Amino acid sequence: MTATVTTPGPRRARFISKKAVLPWLFLAPGLLLALVFKFLPMGKGVWLSFFEVRPFLGDQWVGLDNYTRVLTDHRFQDAIGHTLVLGVGMSLGGILVGSALALLLEGQARSLKIIRTAVFLPVVTATAVVGEMWRLMYYPTSDGLINSGLGLLGLGPVPYLDNPDTALWATMAMGIWMLAPYNMVIILAGLAGVDRSLYEAAAMDGVSLWQRLRHITLPAIRPALGIVLTLAAIRGLRVFTEVYVLTGGGPAGSTDVWMTRAYTLGFTRNDIGGASAASVVLLCVTLLLTVTVNYLRKRGDVR
Amino acid sequence: MSAPAIDPVRTPVTASPTRTSAGKRRTTPARFDTALGWSDRSGPAWALRVLLCLLALGVFAAPFLTIFSGSFSEKASGSTLSFLPHHPTLLNFRVAGERGIWDYFGNSLVIAGGGLLLQLAVCTLAAYALARHKFRGQALILTLFMLTMMLPEEVIAIPLSLVLGHVPVVGVDLKGTVWGVILPLGAWGFSVMLLTEFMKDIPTEIEEAARIDGVGELRMLWQVVLPLCKPALGVAGVLGFIMIWDQYLLPLIAAKDPTDYTVTVALSILRTDPEVGSGVVLAGAVIALVPSLIVYLLLQRSLVTGIAAGATKG
Repeated sequence: MTATVTTPGPRRARFISKKAVLPWLFLAPGLLLALVFKFLPMGKGVWLSFFEVRPFLGDQWVGLDNYTRVLTDHRFQDAIGHTLVLGVGMSLGGILVGSALALLLEGQARSLKIIRTAVFLPVVTATAVVGEMWRLMYYPTSDGLINSGLGLLGLGPVPYLDNPDTALWATMAMGIWMLAPYNMVIILAGLAGVDRSLYEAAAMDGVSLWQRLRHITLPAIRPALGIVLTLAAIRGLRVFTEVYVLTGGGPAGSTDVWMTRAYTLGFTRNDIGGASAASVVLLCVTLLLTVTVNYLRKRGDVR
Repeated sequence: MSAPAIDPVRTPVTASPTRTSAGKRRTTPARFDTALGWSDRSGPAWALRVLLCLLALGVFAAPFLTIFSGSFSEKASGSTLSFLPHHPTLLNFRVAGERGIWDYFGNSLVIAGGGLLLQLAVCTLAAYALARHKFRGQALILTLFMLTMMLPEEVIAIPLSLVLGHVPVVGVDLKGTVWGVILPLGAWGFSVMLLTEFMKDIPTEIEEAARIDGVGELRMLWQVVLPLCKPALGVAGVLGFIMIWDQYLLPLIAAKDPTDYTVTVALSILRTDPEVGSGVVLAGAVIALVPSLIVYLLLQRSLVTGIAAGATKG
């Protein structure tokens, strides 16, 4: 640094050094907190994943044992499946429902704004509260909210959360319900950017509604959709609270996802090493996904 | 196929939805306002639209009515859930109070208030440095803050619980204190990004004029930059509050025993209590819901613009 600065005057020199230190003073609190409570735990997690953690006895290096143990454990293998099903289902369902909502509720009318405000409520509600709400809506007897609706249609009560065959789908429905209004907002922002004169031109060409959506609206909101998909996919991989509050992974592990499994391993079975290994695997997959999607998006933008 | 090919890159996605369409409305017929060709006043099949809107309301908003009515119902179970309470009563709230729900609510308020203050302070300082100063390693620091956003809490939960039990160097045990929840929430990449972007747009002339008047750095931030940042601070504040209120895993692992739980986590205690019915759980849910509801209804515009901005910035 000194080589580049050619004989600065004393006043100027002080100015530069002050200028060099100042930003770091402003950054210090944030960096310190991020370091201690984000990056240090991350590093520690990676470190612990190579150890058999034994309180009071000292940790023992086991190499990749934790990883092989976790990856060959059939409950974790099931959890991978559930995570993928849940992640993909929630992402796609959330986008489909979100797009439908956005198309339906697009517009400037006051009534539409009020409806949008109401529809957005699931997003601002804490996940734990949503979980309690849905647990009661899924009440297994015929007088539960959803079941009494089914009863009107002449269908029998479904024990949504108590049946291993339906629990995962019931969780997915709740996930879509929480995700769709969020997607709606992003897609609405995309829709607002569509050039209205294109609609007009299309109408003059006598284009059908479907063609209009397919060829004008869809290309215009494609960037928004890409963002929504990325966010949803990453969120889907790390899904925890939704499952934990709604089913706790049950019944019979039928809704166990990667993170609930890791949590059980770490906190109720005290297998810190195994749980760390599971977390590191998830971290790697998340980062890989983020980087890949960003790369594809950038390439798409350039083209 | 005969429709014109639209280049997605050329069609700009503007961030101001109201202005574009409102401005266009005067020049173009109303039926070109929306993608479906539905305008505010009329449109093809408006009856269908009303019906669909009602369906959307029923699916996304009506469940909230049922939890409100259930929490005020005398005998709420899954069976008595409906839109209007049967025999309205406050009994459920009283029972929930006896189970300590207000203590949990207090924990939540302290954590949300303190966490938000710390988060805004920390992120504003960092954003100020990133936006208004040039220094070596700026790109790296920005990436680090972005990483805090990409690093899911879930993934670091287990080692974080160890760190909270024994913070390195200082060696304090944060478990069982509100600091255990507040401090990890301090550095939030999203707020840093948002505020940095906003501060970059403040014209440098204002700052230079103040500098000539001999204003120091802290006063510059506090009296010149911050007042100009109010909209961005509003967005960061609303999103930050909702994010902190939504925390589940962090209060769970930072607690030493159940009395340290926040109200959202404490709902699980109410639920597993065999002596209380669904009505009491719903009363707890309502108590946990109301603050975020108030914040949302008061500041929904900044929330929505914040989500749109956050999404387009990536």
